[in-house]
Amino acid sequence: MSDSSTQKTANARSHDIVMAGLGKRRRAERRFRAYGLVSIMAALVFLVLLFTSIVSKGYSAFLYTNLALDITFDPQMIDPEGARSPEALASGDYDALWKSAIYKLFPDVTERQKKRALTGFVGSSAGQRLRAMVKADPSLIGSTQQVWLPVDDTIDMLAKGNLGDAAELSDKNKDSLIWLTELQNQSRIRKAINKEFFMNGDSREPEAAGIWGAVLGSAFTLLVTIGLSLPIGIAAAIYLEEFASRNRWTDLIEVNINNLAAVPSIVFGLLGLAVFINLFGLPRSSPLVGGLVLTLMTLPVIIIAGRSALKSVPPSVREAALGIGASPVQMVFHHVLPLAMPGMLTGAIIGTARALGESAPLLMIGMVAFIVDVPTGLTSPATVLPVQIYLWADSPERAFVERTSAAIMVLLVFLVMMNGLAVYLRKRYERRW
Amino acid sequence: MLLGVAAYHLGSRRARGLIKPDGPRLHSLPGFYGYYLALWATLPAMMVILLWLLGEGQIITAGALAALPAEMTQGDVNQLSLLVNDIRNVAAGSGYEQADTVIKSAAERYLQLERQSNLLLTVLSLCVSLGGALHAQRRITPEFRARNQVEKILTFGLTGCALLAILTTVGIVLSVLIESIRFFQMVPITDFLFGLKWSPQIAMRSDQVGSSGAFGAIPLLTGTLLISMVAMIVAVPIGLLSAIYLSEYAGPRFRSTAKPLLEILAGIPTVVYGFFAALVVAPFIRELGSSIGLDVSSESALAAGLVMGIMIIPFVCSLSDDFINAVPQSLRDGAYALGATQSETIRQVIMPAALPGVVGGILLAISRAIGETMIVVMAAGLSANLTFNPLAAVTTVTTQIVTLLVGDQEFDSPKTLAAFALGLVLFLLTLALNILALRIVRKYREQYE
Repeated sequence: MSDSSTQKTANARSHDIVMAGLGKRRRAERRFRAYGLVSIMAALVFLVLLFTSIVSKGYSAFLYTNLALDITFDPQMIDPEGARSPEALASGDYDALWKSAIYKLFPDVTERQKKRALTGFVGSSAGQRLRAMVKADPSLIGSTQQVWLPVDDTIDMLAKGNLGDAAELSDKNKDSLIWLTELQNQSRIRKAINKEFFMNGDSREPEAAGIWGAVLGSAFTLLVTIGLSLPIGIAAAIYLEEFASRNRWTDLIEVNINNLAAVPSIVFGLLGLAVFINLFGLPRSSPLVGGLVLTLMTLPVIIIAGRSALKSVPPSVREAALGIGASPVQMVFHHVLPLAMPGMLTGAIIGTARALGESAPLLMIGMVAFIVDVPTGLTSPATVLPVQIYLWADSPERAFVERTSAAIMVLLVFLVMMNGLAVYLRKRYERRW
Repeated sequence: MLLGVAAYHLGSRRARGLIKPDGPRLHSLPGFYGYYLALWATLPAMMVILLWLLGEGQIITAGALAALPAEMTQGDVNQLSLLVNDIRNVAAGSGYEQADTVIKSAAERYLQLERQSNLLLTVLSLCVSLGGALHAQRRITPEFRARNQVEKILTFGLTGCALLAILTTVGIVLSVLIESIRFFQMVPITDFLFGLKWSPQIAMRSDQVGSSGAFGAIPLLTGTLLISMVAMIVAVPIGLLSAIYLSEYAGPRFRSTAKPLLEILAGIPTVVYGFFAALVVAPFIRELGSSIGLDVSSESALAAGLVMGIMIIPFVCSLSDDFINAVPQSLRDGAYALGATQSETIRQVIMPAALPGVVGGILLAISRAIGETMIVVMAAGLSANLTFNPLAAVTTVTTQIVTLLVGDQEFDSPKTLAAFALGLVLFLLTLALNILALRIVRKYREQYE
């Protein structure tokens, strides 16, 4: 009797204990759950912050402020002798043309210093543009035309409001702002698509600096990388997964590949510098060497992805192929490989996307040099998009900040395209066995 | 060269044409005989071309130098290489007018040799190619096991590709090691490993003051460690908790949207993070610091570490996610049956079970943080301070490698060689971490399989 009653009270007591603690435990549960949610949100907030800060800084670089000037193509300045030969046209004083045009707009500016500030209003490439115009059409000489010319990069920043409030400006910029508003009232200022940004190579002048050279450099480098790493990576994956017997050698290779995948990329750069450049004497800063280094870097990624793709092909396919008389090589190349190909390609694209965004090893092999010319081949000096971003990020001019952000946006667009392709391939060809 | 390439194609085309399965049954499919012939036509010729190209440059240069008067070629190695450069430039057509006649004649000789060599190479490779094709053709009989031969060569090729991985590692180790040994001949290894001062500027003149060059790696290592630590403090809690939430709490829809979004963070190039750190995070931290009265350096370790942490979050998250998912469901069910709440299950059952794997993942993440370059190059400073204050500017191993090697330098100064020694340290450090981590991970995987 007493036994069951003590049992009952004991039960009741432990029930009470559990019930008493339950509120606390449930609160702890909710708290823990909130921690998880908060940390995911934090990571996503970082992501949003990153994108907004880059887009908000960079979108304006796609437009550039242009100024309309009434240029009188004075034969006296272009070609005083009247020869009209290409050489004579090329040697004319085209800077004087736009200078006189802008002085005419502001006749009350007479001080030497202010006059100089006024000429600083127009971008330094103006003369070259006028020369190109005259070269293309010599009949312009003697006429007066309204020509849209890019302004100086500081003025461009001013027009975009990137230099801050009017109160914070230096005296020189205050003058410029006054002129700018006056020109705006005359509707001589407009924003046009910044063609230079997409068409030009690098330049010290922000207004003439473009990404085309870097984009081409990246393309050449990736060409080498894909051309080498894809066949070699797939071949190595096939060997390791299909032909290699399990022994210490293949174990060694496997451990090796896993390690290589985790070696810092900069070490690959050191390898490239010591082997490809110093030992083999390949040209420095060329897409060829860059591509070779990136090949070695992406190979482990492609091999690992390729192996898991091969692994997912069911053994029944192999046995069926062997059963109807295919040799092991035929079995692999005719049956297994086609089935594993989408998975392999997905891995390869992801690896290549990583190579596209990589810059550290390329710094080592001299792809950071200041290169104005657009690369023409695999051995001509070039730079790549991420390195161009790095170079511009180091430049002191304010105008390079927006260009850096814009270049990042271009790079990200390429990366999104590649990863999108990989996702599409995976979705389209994914098979569950 | 081009002719040679064309010859290969011709060879393979012709081989295919030659094979007509008439008479007795062939051992292999006709295509295999074609492949066999094509391989014989291309591989030996390719080898010849490769060897030729490797040796060609030196022989031609030697020939061109022989055309010079003897007293010009007597100089030391540096002068000689200058001379060779001159000759090559003139031969390439630049600065032809200014060059003196001796160089000009040498350049002409150079060009002539080059033409001869090209001609010879074409002829030779064609001969080898044709010879190979003929040899192969003669062996073709219906009994000939072409398939087996072709497959053997193919397997060799595949093995070679797999061996490339080993070759890469060997290449890394050798290239870094050899230069490091040269460095340690100039600077004692103990000075490098235990020195407390890093200032790699070597005096240009011997009488210059204050730039004797000190190669103590300790400040760099502490700097690297400090930044990695900051990064881990950011990445580990956020990554781990995200992984727990994603694998244990989140519904499939939330998971399928949040996970790819997190993966985006992993796909962003590091140079973008570096830009973000230098332009947004560093000024923000500095202003925050000055508003509460702290003196924060504009290139603080905190900014670089913080951004690096963000970069590593998805890495930690996806690895931990894998390991948490690998914990058998039976453990969870057992814990629930005992009346544990979900968080208690996670903390007291799942985490201990997944811990070895998670630790392995964190080790991999640390090795990644140590090897990360662009963020620290752009956001951390260059001054080698021996400090553990995250608000001060520090420098890292990778930053120093970049600054030492970017730009034109002589290749035998201790300054550039120091970069290779640092590379060696970096490689060994990450290698040790990776091996340890992979071992832990592998052991753990086996435990539940």
